[in-house]
Amino acid sequence: MLRRPNLYTSYAAEMQMLPTSTKKVVGAMFVIVLFLMPFSLPVINQLPFIRFLGDSEWLRPMSTVLVFAVAALGLNLLTGMAGQVSLGHAFFMGVGAYTAAVIGGAGEGSLWGLGLPIWIWLPAAGIGAALVGVIVSPVAVRLRGLYLAIVTLGLVFIGIHLGNTSWGRKIAGDPGLGRDFPDLDIRIWKETDPLVDMSNDGTWLWFDVTEAQKVYLFLAVVLLVFILVAKNLARTRTGRALQAIRDRDIAAEVMGVAEFRYKTTAFALSSFFAGVAGALFASLVGKLPASQWNLALSVEFIAILLIGGVGTITGAVLGTFFVLLLPNLVEDFTEWLSGRTDQPGIGGGIADAILTEGPGDVGAISTSTQSPGWQLSVFDWNLVLYGVLIIVFLIFEPLGLYGIWAKIRNYWKRWPFSY
Amino acid sequence: MIATISRRRAAISTGTVVFVLALVALGVFVVVQLVRDPSLLLQTLMKSLALGSVYAILALGFVLIFKATQTVNFSQGALAMCGALFLSFLVADEHIPFTTIDNPLMNVGGPSWLPWFLSLIVALAFAALLGLVVERVAIRPMIGEPLFAVAVITLGLEIVLRVFATDSVKSQFRSLEVPWGTDSFELGGATINWSYIAVMIAAAIAFVAVFFFYRSRLGIAMRAVARDQEAGMAQGINIGLVFAIAWGAGSVLAALGGIFATQPPVKQTGAVEPDTALVAFRALPAVILGGLDSVQGALIGGLLIGGAEIFAGQYLSGYTDQLGAGYPLVVPYVAMIIGLLVRPYGLFGTPEIRRV
Repeated sequence: MLRRPNLYTSYAAEMQMLPTSTKKVVGAMFVIVLFLMPFSLPVINQLPFIRFLGDSEWLRPMSTVLVFAVAALGLNLLTGMAGQVSLGHAFFMGVGAYTAAVIGGAGEGSLWGLGLPIWIWLPAAGIGAALVGVIVSPVAVRLRGLYLAIVTLGLVFIGIHLGNTSWGRKIAGDPGLGRDFPDLDIRIWKETDPLVDMSNDGTWLWFDVTEAQKVYLFLAVVLLVFILVAKNLARTRTGRALQAIRDRDIAAEVMGVAEFRYKTTAFALSSFFAGVAGALFASLVGKLPASQWNLALSVEFIAILLIGGVGTITGAVLGTFFVLLLPNLVEDFTEWLSGRTDQPGIGGGIADAILTEGPGDVGAISTSTQSPGWQLSVFDWNLVLYGVLIIVFLIFEPLGLYGIWAKIRNYWKRWPFSY
Repeated sequence: MIATISRRRAAISTGTVVFVLALVALGVFVVVQLVRDPSLLLQTLMKSLALGSVYAILALGFVLIFKATQTVNFSQGALAMCGALFLSFLVADEHIPFTTIDNPLMNVGGPSWLPWFLSLIVALAFAALLGLVVERVAIRPMIGEPLFAVAVITLGLEIVLRVFATDSVKSQFRSLEVPWGTDSFELGGATINWSYIAVMIAAAIAFVAVFFFYRSRLGIAMRAVARDQEAGMAQGINIGLVFAIAWGAGSVLAALGGIFATQPPVKQTGAVEPDTALVAFRALPAVILGGLDSVQGALIGGLLIGGAEIFAGQYLSGYTDQLGAGYPLVVPYVAMIIGLLVRPYGLFGTPEIRRV
């Protein structure tokens, strides 16, 4: 007998974390793939296209994706759920990163740093960013729409400048080079032997794991925790209040939702996510100047949300994978092309048409620095592609990747009827 | 009997108090500086008016596009840089780019400033064309879509246009070869750059042109659309045309702003550099302070923000160590946030009416 997935017989059934069996299967697969990804498994690493799963070169970008997904979930709370467009996410990430640096980093010379372990600096990064979010929110809560977007954009510029002041330098280090951020080793106290050593290869349970695999697995656990938190928030009173404010703020107030309080909560929660992600990202990179927490980073998160699908947790995670891994794919593609220039066959023809390798050559992507005009480097092409992708997605698929999935799902749900 | 609706209002609002206090403080400051060093005050004033004019021109572009399409055009900076580049191609290149055909504007003859002004007009025309193309390709399909989506599309445009523009000046800055150069003149002991005067004239022309345009038939149509898009359409106004004109005009203003953003007081080099596009992000506070949908707001917001930046840069320079090098560049954002604390819709912006 056919089941009716949309028929819920109780409220609890509808509000489950994964209400349908499809979602349960997909969710379980996501968790399994997430944890198997860093390992080179005997059968899977022979399959085409997902060959990169066990590849050590892909572990760094993948780890970054996991961290960015945490930040994207945070922005999703504020922009997707509460409807407050913020271009200041990079600022809150930076606040988190420098809170972590002061509490967990090594203090040397004029730099401030207490050198405390990760179980203190990671929550502190989130709390520090959340506090700044609460401080900013009285201004932000009064503003609506694009006024809010531009004020939060101003925060980014002010934040970068603060890193340049005389006391800012004690926190952020040299404006050009930045400062060292704490590493991910889990210790009981400052200088004790690490309980979990993240900076060397080693053995976990019965498996040999490299340093990069350890970091990846740790970040995967962090991401899962934050996905659970975000998912649960959406199902609680707070989540429903935020969605009511997004859909019609004045109606929400009439229903008894305290607008000011819940918007402040949204800012604090979103900043908490951003702060933790910022600290982890800085720790992953190791050394960053203050100017890295810039508008481009904020825009990246807006792009992630829009390409993934605003207001959905699946969308935020999917979008992060898509937006962050695309440049790597493009790079690989260019590398593949450059091996094929001046060779017979279709592959060589395409490569000749796209790549420019010398002054006399004509082609869109340039691999030589000598070529004049608008023959862009691979890095620049990545940027262009990213910009075009934002535009194309918004014009043709405003609901993002999640929207594409929803369309496919709805088609098959009703098949063979069209509606 | 007519029932009178009485609204409870405080006799003196907080905004008025802040405004009066600010005026008093400003008055004291001006008197003190007049006594101390009047020529420095005059020079700073002229400089701040010039910077304010650059911001006002860019802000006017934001406002025109906002009034028509209800979104902030975040690609204004990239459009400004493209416009300045067009001019640079026309005045500095002997050949039309990517060809070997001679640049006809180089050999016009007549007085030496004539080819430059012809080039300026052609460059502005190209900028308008770029605006029209961008509008047709990326903005027109979004009529009726959420405003946030359109704003983010312009962010995408900013990335794309800026990559191309930055790439052309990455290895070598491109000079604009303005006829007045970097010359300056003396006035009451103050050194005043000719480009200050030029940008003020340009801003005056731009604002007068928009003032008269808004009184023409098409301008009235545009203002009607700004009030209510659907009502405008019901009256038979061609929304597509309104969008196109707004983007064309906005792009021309951006180009004009971009051209003056390469000159003093913004930059001393007189050349298009990779960070030319950033000037539009500094003009955003001017738009917000003046009010997103107000033409006079753009002018006053621009002058206020420009004034704040230059005066802070001049008279607080003793505290550079505490404030951090380059602090004048963030003064606009601080001024914007303070302004918005007092008036959430800017000085002249229309408050959004919230209906249940």
